[in-house]
Amino acid sequence: MTTPAAVTRLVVVGNGMAGMGCLEQILTYHPAFQVTVFGDETYVNYNRVLLSAVLAGEKADDEIVLNPLEWYRQHRIDLRLGVRIADVDAGAKTVTGNDGSVTPYDKLLLATGSTAWLPPIEGLDQDGVLAFRTLDDTRELLRRAGAGVRAVVIGGGLLGLEAARGLQVRGCEVTVVHLCASLMERQLDATGGSYLLDKLHALGVRVLLGRATAALLGDGHVTGVRFAEGGTIDADLVVVAAGIRPNVELGRRAGLEVNRGVVVNDHLETSDPDVFAVGECAEHNGVCYGLVAPVLDQGKVLAATITGHKGPRYSGTLQAAKLKIAGVDVFSAGVWADGDGHEPVRYEDPSLGVYKKLVVRDGKLAGLILVGDTSDSHRYINWMRADTDLTKQRRQLLFPAPSADDGHDVAGMADTATVCGCVGVTKGGIIHAIHQRGVNTLSQLKEATRASTGCGSCTKLCQDLLRAVAPEFEDEVKRVLCTCLPFSEDKLREILRSQRLRSVQEVLEIYGNGQGCEVCKPALSYMLDMLWCGDHEEDRSARFINDRVHANIQKDGTFSVIPRIRGGVTNPAELRRIADVAEKYHVRMVKITGSQRIDLLGVRKADLPAVWADLGMVSGQAYTKGVRMVKTCVGTEFCRFGTQDSTAAGIEMERRFEHLFTPHKVKMATVGCPRNCAEATVKDIGLVGQDGGWQVVVGGAAGKSVRRADLLATVETTEQALEASQLFFQYYRENANYLERTYDFVERVGIEKIRKETVYATDAARAALLDRFRKSKARSRDAWEEGAAPLHPTQFAPLESQDTVIR
Amino acid sequence: MNERCWIWITHVENVPPREGRSVTVAGREIAIFNLGDRFAAIDNRCPHKGGPLADGIVAGESVVCPLHGWRVALASGQVDRPADAAACVETFPIRVDNGMIVVGLPASLAPEETGEAA
Repeated sequence: MTTPAAVTRLVVVGNGMAGMGCLEQILTYHPAFQVTVFGDETYVNYNRVLLSAVLAGEKADDEIVLNPLEWYRQHRIDLRLGVRIADVDAGAKTVTGNDGSVTPYDKLLLATGSTAWLPPIEGLDQDGVLAFRTLDDTRELLRRAGAGVRAVVIGGGLLGLEAARGLQVRGCEVTVVHLCASLMERQLDATGGSYLLDKLHALGVRVLLGRATAALLGDGHVTGVRFAEGGTIDADLVVVAAGIRPNVELGRRAGLEVNRGVVVNDHLETSDPDVFAVGECAEHNGVCYGLVAPVLDQGKVLAATITGHKGPRYSGTLQAAKLKIAGVDVFSAGVWADGDGHEPVRYEDPSLGVYKKLVVRDGKLAGLILVGDTSDSHRYINWMRADTDLTKQRRQLLFPAPSADDGHDVAGMADTATVCGCVGVTKGGIIHAIHQRGVNTLSQLKEATRASTGCGSCTKLCQDLLRAVAPEFEDEVKRVLCTCLPFSEDKLREILRSQRLRSVQEVLEIYGNGQGCEVCKPALSYMLDMLWCGDHEEDRSARFINDRVHANIQKDGTFSVIPRIRGGVTNPAELRRIADVAEKYHVRMVKITGSQRIDLLGVRKADLPAVWADLGMVSGQAYTKGVRMVKTCVGTEFCRFGTQDSTAAGIEMERRFEHLFTPHKVKMATVGCPRNCAEATVKDIGLVGQDGGWQVVVGGAAGKSVRRADLLATVETTEQALEASQLFFQYYRENANYLERTYDFVERVGIEKIRKETVYATDAARAALLDRFRKSKARSRDAWEEGAAPLHPTQFAPLESQDTVIR
Repeated sequence: MNERCWIWITHVENVPPREGRSVTVAGREIAIFNLGDRFAAIDNRCPHKGGPLADGIVAGESVVCPLHGWRVALASGQVDRPADAAACVETFPIRVDNGMIVVGLPASLAPEETGEAA
């Protein structure tokens, strides 16, 4: 006779990656548990590792969610958010929340994590002093960060540096203050630290080494930092990232054995048989881990123990750390210090900024440091995990024989080799999922195995495996320009630049089918003009007819002529000349356009040079993928509501941008107040005047689709507004695909990335964009000058046949 | 039936490489193309909506009409895009004679005025 299994009440304190990672594993055993989860944050379980990506604008908060509410519901988990467990009564087997609730348990899982360690200095309790541990911290940092905000980060470890770069990307002037003489000293030796320092300097992050913070200055709101060695620096914002401390208070209250963390054995059991601990709050073999991979490893073992499948043992995890700052590749693992029996193998190239150090002990890899190039980190870490004997590979330690697929040779990896170190997924596990669960895409793989949902550094490896093994692998197909030239536009730009190609025909002959077509030829013409800032070999045969004769072809083969009327402001003399031209050349229609200009329709090609000469005005580029117009309102000059001189700003803007070419047409507008009379918020670039400044908005549309422009920057002066516009304009020129309007470009790339790489880029990066803009501008000229000086005798004139018959 | 009269059009330099130019001969608009190693001559009106083919971009052995992107094979005059167009433009024999482009027109189209030739 069987009795119904009694339901076990499991209470999990901590709704983070450790607790929920373990709970996910527990659920795979389908235990008869009634689960209650307490989280003192008000969010579902999210990926804490990616908070720096949120701060840097690479991810939105909802993109880092690991377990959505639906998951909790599906598993009938009683989720109590915003409740901090204040006490445990191990005798009565209850936990008490700060809301007064008392919850009984049969088994208690402590996954309380850690909190930022605050150094013993004065002035920590002021406004403007923050940690960087939680989503709330991150949101608060995002709220306070901005152009010109002086931020000081105390701590030059992983977290501090990631916070520093994130804040800097948001426009802050950032200084990192570090107690030690070298950055990330727990992960890097002094040489590695100095390579990292150079990279941070190049990004524009200031670093002060060997400084002990004595006090935070301020009168309720932080204003600066004073050092023990003397001296102070100003600060509007201070981030304390000096280390973490395990949250062990509940363990103590439960009467558990506690050192630095709650002491656990190889089965993750504490000194109380009904209480377990996992993650950063636990101490195993004298070690408290602070990285995601060991925490998830522990969860797997604990899941077996707590569900009555006790057996698997936790034997510690190899610690590997990766700095998550785009463009600053740093990786470190194991024991890398010099010492007895440690044989260091080093490579460094200061001009490339690459430093590699492997430490071999007894023929095996004991640890390593990689700065500037971490592409081999998976190979090394797998050697360490598998304890591979390297005797035969000593000559190829730093420079492996190149593999055929120019990446990780996935075929050569052992099935037991780890692919995703964060979640602990092996190559064999991925292959199993591909075959057994019909996985074909990266997102299906993430769903099925959780691989690459941690730090994301194994994404490429996962894709390589999918490509090699999945029967119907679907890659994100990069669109090639056209079949004449089968490369993506990114790749083409790289080829043209690196191979110094300057003519369309040359590119087609070397990389294409030698012929080209109406799709690739104009695209290449644009790219060459942009890349070489106008110093390319212009080939009119590769241009659309509009760009051969600088007018817009109409259905009957005649052309439309639109002279530039900057900012839509004209005068009687100009209007008189336009009227005279219209009569003299029998212009069929004179039309006021939606862009505050005048269109002369029905001009014969042969008459174009004479029409331009008589107009005495420059080309309005209405026929090309280039700078169209700046539409303006009357602003402070006349309007009683105007707050900015939008007319003058618009005219100046048009002067700065005119004659330049772009991936697609660029329409702009300036308005003197938020009434938006010239519709700046639906233009490619718009300046919206407000009291005391301008909003610069980009990526608006009012054509085939309607899209409200995104805010690029808010600035005080017209000059700043124009500079922000120039930065965006040049960035769009350099990064958009041909025929991609700004509104598609902004949607595709994301405004946060664009801001980060334009207005909030480093001084050097901004100066470089502006410099290329100025070079292009300096070489540009009014296309209608060709009326008086044609490139070719028959550019505008038709051939005159002699009508002579020969025999 | 196949009688042609050959007409001097213009100097070869007047049609730049990979471009087209239009010329009116005996009231007929003809598009002349320079394909680098040879020339081609076809009727200048696209069979779709009458677009000026001489203003099109040369794509290998074809020209693409500037109005709506119909593609015409220069050798045969056949429209090869859209594939189901089943339309054709007239082609004319063309040669170079002493640096002059010479086009052969059907005798019926020959201009009345005649001159001397080498």
